[in-house]
Amino acid sequence: MSENRIKIVEKILNANDRLAKANRQKFDDAGVYAINLMASPGAGKTSFIIKTIEGLMADGVQIGVIEGDTAPVTIDSDKINAAGMPAIQINTGGDCHLDAVMLENAIDQMNLTPLDLVIIENVGNLICPAAFELGAHSKVVIASIPEGDDKPYKYPNIYRGLEVLIINKTDLLPYIDFDMDYFRKGVEMLNPGLTTFAVSCKTGEGFDEWLSWLKAKISK
Amino acid sequence: MHELSVTESVLEIACKHGEKARAKKVTDIFLVIGKLSSIVDDSVQFYWDFISKGTLCEGATLHFKRIPAELICLDCDHKYTLDDELSPCPRCGSARIRVISGDEFNLESIEVQR
Repeated sequence: MSENRIKIVEKILNANDRLAKANRQKFDDAGVYAINLMASPGAGKTSFIIKTIEGLMADGVQIGVIEGDTAPVTIDSDKINAAGMPAIQINTGGDCHLDAVMLENAIDQMNLTPLDLVIIENVGNLICPAAFELGAHSKVVIASIPEGDDKPYKYPNIYRGLEVLIINKTDLLPYIDFDMDYFRKGVEMLNPGLTTFAVSCKTGEGFDEWLSWLKAKISK
Repeated sequence: MHELSVTESVLEIACKHGEKARAKKVTDIFLVIGKLSSIVDDSVQFYWDFISKGTLCEGATLHFKRIPAELICLDCDHKYTLDDELSPCPRCGSARIRVISGDEFNLESIEVQR
């Protein structure tokens, strides 16, 4: 190695990771449990959040939602507000994912003090959000039946390093060729023993299990 | 894809270390990318030419070193390299596997003129 070669060995996303830690600290200081919710477009992220809000309302859980979108629309945050909870919309300006800087800006606009739970709805995308830590306590991915059973094989990174997998739209199973064993085997290779809940936002099936998991986390 | 934000981070880290070394110019940047990290070299290069203009790193050559993904079977301890598609342990067929390497996404070194 010549004397003009300088050894560095620094993670390229180091700055993002540092900021993600600062975000985590803000959540911790406010006693808020935060979830980074990721899925492809149309998997049912917003419906899932609304169903979750409805399910926790009776227990008096206060939930804030941070909506990431690539375009300046408020469709999703309007739905959350209509469900009675505060929402902050982040427009990524065409970017394919949320990063820790964008989340920091959103946190600063949100009053965390009265909240118990913050759900961050990431940009609908199975590739890029996987690479950027935000500072949430857990990453949750929603896979939906119509997307097909090969997604863990095609988008492996998003299935690694997450705490919970939601399989949504189970009400469509009778109509779609979805091999659950093949799907679960792919997931098992990427994330052995991953906590998984099969749900339907339409019928409400499976939500009780998911909500009890979540309540246990919030009350900690 | 998120190559722009990645390229910006590379520039930031390289400039920081170049300045620290009192370099006149950063000529080469060596990146180490694991097979499981998604990044398109050409796209990074494309952004690089734009965003490095007027900085210490202007004109620096980007070198990409790809490293393979290595897996270990949690049932039989067999180690193997990932080919293309994710596959169960080739020795015992178990799906309980863990990634040992392949996640790397590092700026390993820079070469400078002083």
